[in-house]
Parts: sequence; C-alpha cells; structure tokens
Amino acid sequence: MSSLRPSGRDGDRDPLLDPVRFIDQRTASAPLLRQVLRYLFPDHWSFLLGEVALYAFIVLIATGVYLALFFDDSTAKTVYHGFYSPLDGQTMSAAYKSVVDISLRYKAGLLIRQTHHWAADVFVAAIVLHLMRVFFTGAFRRPRELTWTVGLILLFTAFLEGYLGYSMVDDLLSGMGLAIGYGVGLSIPVIGGPLMLAIFGAPFPGNTHFWSRMFIMHVFVLPVLLATLIGVHLGLVAARHHTQFKESPRHTNRRLIGVPMFPGQAPRSLALMFFTVGILFLLGGLVQINPIWQWGPFEPWYGTNGAQPDWYLGWLIGALRLMPSFDVTISHFTLVPNPFWGGVLFPLLVLGVLMAFPWIERFITRDPSAHNLADRPRDHPNRTGFGVAFLSFVFLVFMFGAADRLFVLFGFNYNTQLTLFRIAIFVLPPLLFLLTRKICLELQASDAIEEMHEEAEEEGKEHERALLRT
Amino acid sequence: MRFLRWLGAFFLMRWLRRGAPPVLPEAAEEDSSERIVPAGSKERRAENLVLVLLALAVLFAIGFIVTYAEFTSRQMPDEVLGIFLGGALVLIGAAFTVVAKRLVVTEEIEEEYPSQHPQEQEKIAEIIHQSGSRITRKRLLLTAGAGTGAALGVAALTPVLSLGPVWATGPLDETPWKRGVRLVDEEGRPILADDVVERTFYTAFPEGADPELLASPLVLIRVDPSKLRLPHARADWAPGGILAFSKICTHAGCAVALYRKPTFAAVEPGEALICPCHYSTFDPFTGGTVIYGPAGRPLPQLPLEIDSSGYLRAAGNYSARVGPGWWNVRSRPT
Repeated sequence: MSSLRPSGRDGDRDPLLDPVRFIDQRTASAPLLRQVLRYLFPDHWSFLLGEVALYAFIVLIATGVYLALFFDDSTAKTVYHGFYSPLDGQTMSAAYKSVVDISLRYKAGLLIRQTHHWAADVFVAAIVLHLMRVFFTGAFRRPRELTWTVGLILLFTAFLEGYLGYSMVDDLLSGMGLAIGYGVGLSIPVIGGPLMLAIFGAPFPGNTHFWSRMFIMHVFVLPVLLATLIGVHLGLVAARHHTQFKESPRHTNRRLIGVPMFPGQAPRSLALMFFTVGILFLLGGLVQINPIWQWGPFEPWYGTNGAQPDWYLGWLIGALRLMPSFDVTISHFTLVPNPFWGGVLFPLLVLGVLMAFPWIERFITRDPSAHNLADRPRDHPNRTGFGVAFLSFVFLVFMFGAADRLFVLFGFNYNTQLTLFRIAIFVLPPLLFLLTRKICLELQASDAIEEMHEEAEEEGKEHERALLRT
Repeated sequence: MRFLRWLGAFFLMRWLRRGAPPVLPEAAEEDSSERIVPAGSKERRAENLVLVLLALAVLFAIGFIVTYAEFTSRQMPDEVLGIFLGGALVLIGAAFTVVAKRLVVTEEIEEEYPSQHPQEQEKIAEIIHQSGSRITRKRLLLTAGAGTGAALGVAALTPVLSLGPVWATGPLDETPWKRGVRLVDEEGRPILADDVVERTFYTAFPEGADPELLASPLVLIRVDPSKLRLPHARADWAPGGILAFSKICTHAGCAVALYRKPTFAAVEPGEALICPCHYSTFDPFTGGTVIYGPAGRPLPQLPLEIDSSGYLRAAGNYSARVGPGWWNVRSRPT
C-alpha cells in the first residue's frame, strides 16, 4: 500500500490526487468530502440496528427489481400447465401464475423471491428494534424530534409496503389478507364505502385497475417514498450527529467522541452490510418462507384455517380478534363497524402516542434543553416504565394474533386465551410500569453503592501508598 | 522514581491496547510530522487472513455460477445457490471485519456537537421582513395566496373521484339473487335438494352470475328441521332443513370457510359456521346470529325453495346486505 501513498512532495506526484482533483474541480466539494471522511460515529453496538434496516432495504430494492422483471400484475384467468403438477389444470390469475413460475420455473427465482421476503421481515424487525433503542435511551429528544417523526412514518410506510407486497401475489393467503384489508377500510366511519370503491375500483375483489394500482404502489410509489424518507432520516441524523452514551467524563453534551467514517468506521459498516446481505441470502436459500404454490389461487369464497400474515401485521390480527362483537349504529346507519377499533384506531393510536412522545415527555419533565447524551434506561425510570408498559400492551395484542397457533401447538383453549388476554392487556401494562420503575430505581441504588465502593477502595489504596512511602 | 512509574504505565497502556493501536494526539505529533491519520503497526498475518477470506469468497462466487449453469431449472437446488451467494457475502463481511479490527487504525476523535446559529436565524427573518417593504396589505395577500393554493389543490385532487364509483355506492349492494335463481356448484351444475346431506358443508353460487361478486357465494347446509329456531318471518326459508347463508363474513369479508360439527354432541357445542380469519362464529339454527367472535352483524340468510324437478332455487333476496360493515350496510336489501 505504501507505494500508492508517497509523500506527495517535490515532483513525486500522488496518483490519488488525480481523481480527487477531478471531482473537486467539477463540484468544488473537496471541503465537504473531507468533512464526510472524518464524520464521527460514536461507538456502540446498539447504534447499528438502523444500519441493518438500511442494508435490508438495499436488498429489497435489488431483489425487487429482479422480481419485477418477471411479475405480471394481471388478474386475467389462465390455466396452469407448469412444473408444479399438483396445480396442473388449475384456473388462476396471471399474477399468481407468474409468481409460481418465479418460484419454480426460473433458475434462482426462488432464491431471489425468498430473499426478498426475508429482507422485508428483517427490514421491519430492524426498524422496530432501532425504534426501541432510540426510545429507551431518550435519543428522540430535542434536537432530534424530526428524525424520530420521520422514522415513525418510515416504519408505518414499511408496514403498508410489505402488506401490498404479499397481497399482489394473489395466492390464497394474500386474498384473505386483502379481504381483511378491504373490510377494515370499509369500517372507517362514513367514508369507508366510497374510499374502498375508490381504491379497489369496484367492490371486493376489485377490478383490474386495482391490480395495476397495487403494483405501481408496491414497486414505485412506496419504494420512492421509503427511499426519500430514509434519505431525510439519515440527513437529519448527520446534521445533528448521533447521540452518545456517557462512557467517560470526556463524553459531554457538547463534546462528541467517536470513530471517523474513514478509515475507522467504513470497514465496520461494510462488514455489517455484507453480513446482513449474506445472511439474508442464506435465509432465502435455506429457510422456506411463504410457499405460495402450496396455498393455491384465491377466490372470495376460499379460506383456510391457521393462516398467519407476516409477523409485522400480527398485532392488527390480534386487535381484530380481541374486540368484542358490536357495531356502533345510529338507527339503520352503521357509524363504527367493528373492524375499525382493531384495524384502524389501534394502529393509529400507537402511531399517535409514539409521534407525540417527545413533546409529551418535554411537557411532563419541563425540560426544553437539547440532549446529545443518550440515557441509560435505568436513569429515567418513568420513561423506561412507560416504554415497557406500552410495548407489553402492543406485544400482548400481537401475541393474541397467534392464539390459534398457541392452541394448535400447546393445546391452550382459545376461549380461555381470549378471556385471559382481554384482562391481561389492561392489567399487565400498569403492573409492568411499576415493576420496571422499581427495577430502575434499584439499579440506580446499586450503581450508587458501587461508586461509593470504588471511591472507598481508591481511598484505601491511596492510604496504603502513603503508608508505603513513609 | 516517578519517571519510571510513568514509563511503566505508558508501556502497560500500549500493551493493553495492542489490538487497536492507540491514538493519542501527542503520539500522532511525535510519530511523523503533520499526519492526519496516525500510523499503526504492520499486521502481515491479518493481511494474509483477508486474502484467504477473499479467495474463499471468489470460490463461493464461482460455486454459485457453476451450480446455476449445471442444473436444469426443474432440479435447481436453491439452497445450494443460497449457500454459495450468502456464503460469499458473509466471507467478504468477515474480510472487512479483519480490516476494521486489525488493518486500519481506530482513532478516537473529539468534536463539538453542532450548535444552532441565532445570528443567522435573525438574518433570515430580517431578509424576509425587509423583502416585503413595498407591500401594504400583507395579511390580505397571504390569505388570498393560501386560498388560491387550496382551491388549486382541491381542483388537482378532483380526478381522484374517477378512481372508482365513489359516490355511487350501489355496487356495494349488488346481489345476483332474486326469486327463482337456481343454486349451482363451483362447476356450474345445479344442485338437487336431495343431494344435500346433513353434517356436511357446500358452497353454492347463483346460476349464470359472476361468482366473484361478494353476494354470490353461499354456504349450504342441511340440519334437522326440528332443531330450527328461525325468526317467524323466515319460517319457510329452509325447506327440508336446508339453510343458505352468504359465505362472506360480516366482520372483515373473509370466506366463512369452516363448519363446526360436534363429534360427540353431548358435550361439544353444536353446529356453527366459522370464519377462519378472526373466528367470528354464526349459529345457523337461529338464522346466522353471532354467537362468538368480533362480527357485529348476523350472517345474511337467503330464503330457499325446491322446484318441481327437485333443484334448489332462491325464494327471494338475502335477509340483510352482504359483506363487511360500512355506513349503509344495515339499510334494507333491495
């Protein structure tokens, strides 16, 4: 390497200068580039979760483009005569047939399709974990509320994008999912009917326009929106820099200590990227996900038991199932049909609480100052307690979405589970709030003791040294 | 004495940090004049490791190509493809890990967090204020501008109404059933009442109509007529105990695709129609009332009659509108 990096003095020209000069002459960006190279990253493993999401998104784009080269967004009926003999002679939509062909007919198609699906699941999972990290360390506070808000919109856009992705395949499961989506949409008070007619073009299962609409949303509109939001999110992060933990007295609210992008951080991030992408392809090759040829095509009168959506929609299924049976009616008008509570209000409530949280916390703590230091969760018992309670509430609803699976796997009576979960979602979160708060306070107390202990030890040593000297 | 202790501490520090060469600002200055990135020790073994990992990655990439070329699409082992491609990527990731840990110096640099710029903020406000010095009725003009924007925005959005029959919600209530329409099975064969037996579950459609209309598919069952407790108005809707309900769940629109029938009637709950999506459960004996799950409305029932040739026909329209709930779903079916 050293031969590529001569001193650059007296005639001995550095060949690296040529491209650098080329870029700077045309873009006048040398100062910016230098700044970028030396941009500082605080060093903590939990800061990498967002990066994993970014790399999963890159995989989604790359594999998605490949899949779009084969996918047919038409519901025109065809008869299948392909490699998969159990479906031979079956009437199905061109959309479903094209995905069966991607899976079984085109070389490496199954690998790409399954990797795409896995990447979607990992993308959302990484965002959720990243969200939890940011929440519990208080990294959402001023001056990073916008980053937080953009991230939340990004997450909910990702839910919709994933839902459309598996809906447009037109296998049995996607049809059932679409039916529920249609039912939930219809349940929006007053405007539900017209809104669903606008989106589906006709009553469920919709007309042909609906399929082109889903396709263009999934492969163009939402990906562009996601990419834009990711860009804005990263831009905001860079503008304010990452938060850092107070690992030493040198880490302060005004002084950032970190590893520069180049050369320190770049190979680490690249390593993480290649690991993420590599593991996604290993999953895509080795772990089957959504074998659509087994489900068969969808018709509105088909349904199957034990169908589960992708994990990130489990909380909505759970919420729909937990609701007691009632519609809110005024004379013969249905003001609030039942699916509204679980399918619309519940997710909007979760989004709303999370969106408003930076402002709520600022209002309660009366702390308008800017924070660049990430908190340890134990140092904010109330926030951590609320976070755990809120998370447990959503998680319990999510778990109930799998109640039928719990019944099949462990024999827990579904009806008993329904009763227990209905009680638990109201009882457990407050209990967990109190418990978490207590644990945080205990941890703080043990920290204080440890500090005293260390100080005392230090004093003792000092004393010893003094004795030795005499 | 003190000097020796300092020296000892210095070497101890070096020894403790030997994995990642330390970068003290002083050391960097001593090291060589005006370096930006401090120098670290040479690590030939780490370089060799990177080369080995990259060579393995190349082998995996070749393995991918060979597998792709060797197998026909019918026998393509996608798991082997995944191992080769994913393995190559993971190996490259491992190579970068070695580079990060052993071949580049890990500096720890300090920097001020960016602050805000109060002076610039004031300048921006000033520029905007001063730019409006010739305008006397600012508020009025701003309001007019906002109003124009809103009008144009609404105008630009109106074509959205073409997406579907937005105001004309008639299609939501469309039903192909009326008195005399024959029931057919999925292949279009008319259904004989005598072929419908107890303890089983049929899907039926209106003859000659689009089966994909939500109001088309029916579930058809036969029960013991003596057990029926239908509302009075529906007393003759189930000839011979044959009942027909819309197959579309009134909760969220899935197909009511499960039929619960007790295998030991003494202890198990009776026959019911169940939607597998959220387990809304409807009682066929009482005319489709909700007995469990989240559905807010009974399953609409279709009156049946048996024609002179023994075929099942609709005796009218549903008892209620079909499909998931919305504003107008409880109006009288037409």
